[in-house]
Amino acid sequence: MDVRYTAEQRALCQAARRVIDRLGSRAVADLADERRAAALDEAVESSGWRELRAPDDRGGPIASGVEVAIVAEELGRGLADAPFLGPTLAMELRRLARASQAVDRETVGLRRNLAALASPGEPALAIDARDAGSALLLAADGTLVAAGLHEKAGSIDLTRPMALIPNTEAVTVGSLTEADRQRWTALALTITTADLVGSMRGALDLAVTYAGQRVQYGKQIGSFQAVAHLLADALVQIEGARAALLYAAWGVDSLAPPDAVAAAASAKAYAARGARLVCETCIQVHGGIGNTWECLAHVYLRRTLLATDVLGGVGPNLARVLEHAGLGGHL
Amino acid sequence: MDFADSAEEARFRVRLRAWLGENNPHLPASSTSDEYWEKQPEWHRSLYRAGFFGLSWPVRYGGHDRPTVYDVIVDEELAAAHAPPRPNLGYLVQAICAHANDDVKDRFLPDLISGRARWCQGFSEPDAGSDLASLRTRAVRDSDQFIVTGHKVWTSYSDVADWCLLLARTDPDARGHRGLSAFAIPMNQPGITQRPLKMISGVAREFGEVTFDAAVVPAVNMIGSSGDGWAVAMTVLAHEREPQELGNASRYRKTVKQLQKFLRDDPAGYDAEQFRQLAWAIVESDMLAHLVSRRLSERLDGLDHGVEGSIDKLLMTSVEQTVGHAAVDIAGATHDEVGASMLATYLYSRAQSVMGGTAQIQRNLIAHRVLGMPRS
Ligand SMILES: Cc1cc2nc3c(=O)[nH]c(=O)nc-3n(C[C@H](O)[C@H](O)[C@H](O)COP(=O)(O)OP(=O)(O)OC[C@H]3O[C@@H](n4cnc5c(N)ncnc54)[C@H](O)[C@@H]3O)c2cc1C
Repeated sequence: MDVRYTAEQRALCQAARRVIDRLGSRAVADLADERRAAALDEAVESSGWRELRAPDDRGGPIASGVEVAIVAEELGRGLADAPFLGPTLAMELRRLARASQAVDRETVGLRRNLAALASPGEPALAIDARDAGSALLLAADGTLVAAGLHEKAGSIDLTRPMALIPNTEAVTVGSLTEADRQRWTALALTITTADLVGSMRGALDLAVTYAGQRVQYGKQIGSFQAVAHLLADALVQIEGARAALLYAAWGVDSLAPPDAVAAAASAKAYAARGARLVCETCIQVHGGIGNTWECLAHVYLRRTLLATDVLGGVGPNLARVLEHAGLGGHL
Repeated sequence: MDFADSAEEARFRVRLRAWLGENNPHLPASSTSDEYWEKQPEWHRSLYRAGFFGLSWPVRYGGHDRPTVYDVIVDEELAAAHAPPRPNLGYLVQAICAHANDDVKDRFLPDLISGRARWCQGFSEPDAGSDLASLRTRAVRDSDQFIVTGHKVWTSYSDVADWCLLLARTDPDARGHRGLSAFAIPMNQPGITQRPLKMISGVAREFGEVTFDAAVVPAVNMIGSSGDGWAVAMTVLAHEREPQELGNASRYRKTVKQLQKFLRDDPAGYDAEQFRQLAWAIVESDMLAHLVSRRLSERLDGLDHGVEGSIDKLLMTSVEQTVGHAAVDIAGATHDEVGASMLATYLYSRAQSVMGGTAQIQRNLIAHRVLGMPRS
């Protein structure tokens, strides 16, 4: 056992951090800055991060779940509004189905509650749909289809818009086995967990900075034990979530599919609970300002709400954990 | 990055599993029964003789100089075989290794590691708990020895200990953490009396209180130099906070497995809330096992944890108490032997947020030292 990052993984981590430090959003107004958004999108595109799950010449992914998690975490920390979640999940579906590459930017279509991939014909939403031309859907029999997108839809996440999927002709692109579907689920849970961990880190940084600046009763508020303990608990949640995430990320390609799903579900449940706590702490520590649109705290919270909902938050993932322990159907 | 065993680790695991097949004493889980404490020395020596104890400690003192991951493999296999956990001595061994001179190491470590001598840790006092630096037990130099007077409490294993790692004030004029020194003091002498304290679980052999009335300790038994006591204590506490040192992750997983069996045997007998509690116990105990893997790997880079240990301590506490809640809510009300042990597991879990520095003190440390929050 040796779970240290390799030299390449450390380099990837630093590269992602640099991009985010330069082009991530540090104020709500940054979200409206189209030039910044375009530059970030360009940086993500040219880095090749959206192709991490493209097939190599033997059909395996170019990079493992660990690399995907590294990038997703940094993008979450910096509130990146360049698509990564959607295109990566679409790329993985095509790889597993041994389908040809999409021509346009592609994402995935989920059921209205975002808890699973949508079947063709059912009401569906394309997530993380900025500049996407199509979304993949999965029929109950494992047939993978691509559908065109048109209308923009509202999103709880200010950094990742959604699009409606019209009920028109869809094109069959391949098919997935049950094991493929599990592998994909493990990746989807892992990438959203990494996104949550990143957002938690960003939200905590924001809160810690504020607690070191804001003065009341003649003291920095971070010196009050009640505030300090909220922040300490937030950090503990993050470290726990990262420990679970690392194993899930390794498991995506190294565990048998049902074990990979269980590891990722476990990490996702842990991180989803923690993300709510950390983001709410961030709002609380900011006081009145934390409840205004202009404070980034709600942007983190909203991003975690979406990441939580994609493939399910606490409840569905505890159910997956129990299922794996031979105790399914009781939640 | 790889969570799986290396070839050598896998071979070690197989050898250990085979040994356990024949040598499992089938004792109750740690700390939840007096029977465990009675038989623990025998179990310690048996593990040691077979070459499965002190794997990461120096060969010179009876260890095996292997990476810490081998200790964790032992923890995992003991838990999987429902064998008792390995005795926790890591914090004592680490502190003596880090601070004592060669003479003290040569005299004390071999017996400590092999289980021939037993130790306790005398830090806390009735008026010095969280505020440990305010301790008042005095050690006064008298030619080649020190005379010790004072009162220690919550001293784990004081009833069976041959030696005590004692923290005492050697400079009466110095205040706070200055002027403290650490000693290896023999427990069997007229100047020392100890009285066991009964825990809320009913266990009477976990800890006690100790009075020192002109007790004697040779000056050559000082650990480190005069005035190094605080540094020694901090090393002890840092290692006491690490789940990988304590083998707790495996202990929690063992309890979780037992709880799973309850629900599997009679799924209709439990409600959704109980299933949910079990699910959290699985999630949390798995998380801790992965955290241990990560920390062990970081050690390969020579990284050791100072203040981050407080984060791990709080994670470990949360896991133990989540598992404790599941234990009492799922099985605590079955009025039989298993139910009693689950109730004891729950009751013991309440101590985890007190011992080794309370949860509030860990949060203070994280806020100030890790997050850089100003002091009040
Ligand atoms: C099972 C067990 C085994 C132990 N084994 C040993 C041992 O072998 N050797 C040894 O020396 N000691 C041992 N201890 C003692 C342990 O280290 C102390 O109990 C602990 O440090 C707390 O001290 P206290 O009990 O005096 O509580 P106090 O310090 O009086 O604390 C009481 C309450 O006040 C809170 N509090 C205190 N100060 C602050 C602060 N600054 N900010 C916020 N909250 C605060 C605490 O968090 C706690 O909730 C053991 C304890 C237990 C439960």
